[in-house]
Amino acid sequence: MKLPKLLLSSLIAAGLMSTAGLAQAGSHSESITVVSWGGAYTKSQVEAYHKPWIAKTGKQIKSEDYNGGTAEIKAQVEAGNVTWDLVDVELSDAIRACDEGLLETIDHSELPAGADGKPATEDFMEGTLHECAVANIVWSTIFAYDKSKMADGPKTIADFFDLEKFPGKRGLRKNPKSNLEFALMADGVAAKDVYEVLATEEGVDRAFKKLDSIKDSVIWWEAGAQPPQLLADGEVAMTTAYNGRIFNAVAGEDKPFEIVWDGQIWDLDLWVIPKGAKNKDLAMDFLKFSTATEQLAAQASYISYGPARMSSAPLVGKYHNKDIDMGPQMPTAPDNLTNAVQNNFEFWADNQDQLSERFNAWLAG
Amino acid sequence: MKNIFSNMKTHNLIFLAACVLVLLISRSVFATLAFAFLFGAPLFFMSELPAYASTGERIWQYTYLTLCTFIFVFLITPILVIVPLSFNVEPYFTFTDGMLSLDPDAFSTRWYKDIFYNGMAAPNATEGWWADMWNNAQWIRATRNSFFIALCSTFLATTLGTLAALGLSQPNMPYRNLITSLLISPMIVPLVIMATGMFFFYSDVGLAKTYLGVILAHTTLGVPFVIITVTATLTGFDRSLIRASQGMGANGWATFRKVIMPLILPGMISGALFAFITSLDEVVAVLFLADVEQRTIPRQMFSGIREQISPTILAVATILVMISIGLLTVVELLRRRSERLRGLAPA
Amino acid sequence: MSEVSAQQNPNAILSDDGVPLKQKLARTTRTLKWRAFLLTLPLVLFLFISFVLPIGQMLLRSVHNPSASNVLPQFAEIIQDWDEQGLPDEAVFAAFVDDMQTAKKNREIGKTIGNLATRMNYEMPGTRSLFTSTGRKVNKIKAGPYKEALLKTNKKWDNPVIWRTLKRVSRDYTPAFYLAALDRKYDDDGNIVRADELYQIYVSNFGKTLGMSVVITFFCFILAFPVAYLLSTLPMRTSNLLMILVLLPFWTSLLVRTTAWIAILQTEGIINDILVYLGVVADDGRIQMIYNQTGTIISMVHILLPFMILPLYSVMKTISPSYMRAARSMGGTPFNAFRRIYFPQTLPGIAAGTLLVFILSIGFYITPALVGGEDGILISNLIAYHIQKSLNWSLGAALGAILLVVILVLYWLYNKLVGIEKLSFG
Repeated sequence: MKLPKLLLSSLIAAGLMSTAGLAQAGSHSESITVVSWGGAYTKSQVEAYHKPWIAKTGKQIKSEDYNGGTAEIKAQVEAGNVTWDLVDVELSDAIRACDEGLLETIDHSELPAGADGKPATEDFMEGTLHECAVANIVWSTIFAYDKSKMADGPKTIADFFDLEKFPGKRGLRKNPKSNLEFALMADGVAAKDVYEVLATEEGVDRAFKKLDSIKDSVIWWEAGAQPPQLLADGEVAMTTAYNGRIFNAVAGEDKPFEIVWDGQIWDLDLWVIPKGAKNKDLAMDFLKFSTATEQLAAQASYISYGPARMSSAPLVGKYHNKDIDMGPQMPTAPDNLTNAVQNNFEFWADNQDQLSERFNAWLAG
Repeated sequence: MKNIFSNMKTHNLIFLAACVLVLLISRSVFATLAFAFLFGAPLFFMSELPAYASTGERIWQYTYLTLCTFIFVFLITPILVIVPLSFNVEPYFTFTDGMLSLDPDAFSTRWYKDIFYNGMAAPNATEGWWADMWNNAQWIRATRNSFFIALCSTFLATTLGTLAALGLSQPNMPYRNLITSLLISPMIVPLVIMATGMFFFYSDVGLAKTYLGVILAHTTLGVPFVIITVTATLTGFDRSLIRASQGMGANGWATFRKVIMPLILPGMISGALFAFITSLDEVVAVLFLADVEQRTIPRQMFSGIREQISPTILAVATILVMISIGLLTVVELLRRRSERLRGLAPA
Repeated sequence: MSEVSAQQNPNAILSDDGVPLKQKLARTTRTLKWRAFLLTLPLVLFLFISFVLPIGQMLLRSVHNPSASNVLPQFAEIIQDWDEQGLPDEAVFAAFVDDMQTAKKNREIGKTIGNLATRMNYEMPGTRSLFTSTGRKVNKIKAGPYKEALLKTNKKWDNPVIWRTLKRVSRDYTPAFYLAALDRKYDDDGNIVRADELYQIYVSNFGKTLGMSVVITFFCFILAFPVAYLLSTLPMRTSNLLMILVLLPFWTSLLVRTTAWIAILQTEGIINDILVYLGVVADDGRIQMIYNQTGTIISMVHILLPFMILPLYSVMKTISPSYMRAARSMGGTPFNAFRRIYFPQTLPGIAAGTLLVFILSIGFYITPALVGGEDGILISNLIAYHIQKSLNWSLGAALGAILLVVILVLYWLYNKLVGIEKLSFG
């Protein structure tokens, strides 16, 4: 009898120990949960938005990472237990979630005016304000390589698909989005025609055929932090990536990576508030604070993503602790835009389901 | 010297020669030790063969035992291999040259420290370190969640499961097979289906993303184990003992406490331990039903493995293996105790 | 306990009080039955609410999808009377426009135009933006004729296929998700046809899941049989010791074992390191053994092996060695004695082990998700994908229902062949 009793009492003791404080730690009423893409990107937001806001208001922020998509928002809203207060999402996801009634609408007139006094509705770049979302940055999917391993590296998006000239594994995001555009551009489609071609059955076939040519050499990634890691480990010769992640590996960790801007696909990231968020008002306060001219400009000194406000542009200076001009590192810098395409959210909202289906079938086949 | 060799059987000599050969060719102590273990272990069991066995039978027996050795190695190596790797000073999942030459500098406990530091506000602070670690360290929070959920669901599963097992083992139980099938089915139905169903249903009733939701899911998963182990202790249970106790004037509760309870207790406890470890290891229901607030150890490991495998996971894995060894030992002791009590096995 | 009251019952001793003994016995048995049943009742109720009901509700979701009728209540009713020739008449258009205008103002989840657009997009890919853009313009339509006005907002509304699809989608109960789960779809005329080959994924994945489960079960059997035999023939002391080598993996966390296999099998892992060291492969020619089918099979065989060994062992332990000795003494060769005498006696164990391993491997999720890469994923992973990523919940539910039917048939078979009460551990 001794052994079971001893066991039981020690288990109960352990249980009481472990539960003590669980409830109280979970219920800070004066805090918000802000969800973003993790790694260097979240870090830039923590430096530029979170810390000054916490200092100003005395409230707390719980920071969470995710890999994009509206699944978790939908799950929380439908479950009626919304624990995320503010989420950083891609444009097509913001629009789709808004259409489905998963997001709170945002009154644009509440947003602070620009530093130059212009009202927010004029200060934000065209297409960056939406019914349920406010953009903070312009980011881009590019591809990058390790120049210490490839002295005479790739120059164009076609080189990315050229296994003969540049042998080695390739890293690609496990999602049809952006891969199909890259494939078409590499196959000779002009940047401005990409979505027109992709809207046809033949265009999709063509893109998949091009992807087929490198399929056996691809390592697929899902989280934004993975590509710099894949490059650093030598797992891939070149990989697509979010431009800020590569820049930060170069500027912050002195990695010998080189970004190829040819064929870049740029997009917006926006703040959204899930419908029924528990701390909606506080989240809104943080949203207004973080998308002010100064904060957007400050973020740009931590990561190479372009601010969504025009009034922020003149304030963008150097990397926060190094003598690197941030301007030319932005997706929107004129030199980087020579062959670029903006992600067409409407195309993806329409075709994401079907193309994902085909992409998955193609991956498994 | 001559004496020793002449006493050894031929196959031992052949084995020794093979080991020397391997050493000469590979020039590696590790390779030789591995060879000696894989091909030497079967020799220990060879002596069990009767003396009249023919050479052919002996060769067959040796081959068979070697095969079994390889299967045992296959079973156990993955569990053993992570232990030294978790002490690797480098952030890799492989043995470095330094580790192979047993260089102390190649080993470190940094990944174990990382279990505490990860998520802490100020890992180097001296003041308030414990409170910081207890409330903020990600793995610690995950551990607390895991134990809280596992203990609650174990308690529920054991209580409900034991009652039901008592009912099922009565000779008059109607629809026994049907009800047993239902009660065991959580073990058979794929976790994804169960978790999906619960996700929708619990969302409707406001249980998704709560501790209670996860606890109920884990209770459901733990129930079959309790049923199976408690029913097992009740088979061969001499029902005249009940009548005897009643004949001596005990009421229902006293009979239960003094006669039935001691007999089924080992089964209850091993069922509880099964339920406990099932909950501690479960990740699918947590993936579907839990929020970051309810993040458990396996959930934390799952995202760690998916996104970026750090050796911290190996350190956590090593600790979990130790827990498994502990629980396994308890279950084995209980099983033997129960068999002894019921007179099924010699003491 | 039940006996207690039976004896305390004062009637029990008065057996000659006029009540026939038979009737009395029947009454007592009935009470006992109820008592036994009442003991199981709390758990049965609990499982019904926490387990059976949720799964039932999920199954319902696979055929019941009221997205369209939620958003377009009037239209959904009126369109059913349409004969599918040409375009619907003005009344239908009026209902459609009115419903769309109401829906545009609605921010309630499940009743927005976005919900309808998503549902339509499953059946007719590429129509989402037609609905959302019409939603933005629909409030400008103030008066009829509505057909003309709608066609003016977008001339795609001129396509009868859209209206036929809308009619189909407006029914709350639909087999469409089961069709999709079987790589079938409706063509423009409403006939059921096979999906384009490039979009077929589910049937082949069901096939792959079954195929891989067969392979895994087979390997488990091949590896488990010799070990179980050895354990059952060795002296108790030794076999108890060796049993630890089987039970320890059984008790070790699934995630721990999967992690271990990643460490062992990855390209920079232990096996590749050994092969490079031995010179079997070149440093740049390391073998890909994980994040594909091979990795999934190896780790799953390891994880499920104890589930095969334990039932085999428990059956083999009961086979008396004297049978084999008798067969040998009567002149049977060792092989023949094994094949004709020993092996048939192990069949119950084989049935129990193979069925259990097969059932468990069909529904596996975690290991394929972590080490399966692109081609090693099973049907569970696709279900999770639709529930968690693509958010096509009805399709996920339909796939789950098909999987569940397969599992339940196997479970029934297990119950018939082996008996559920034979299930045990350790």
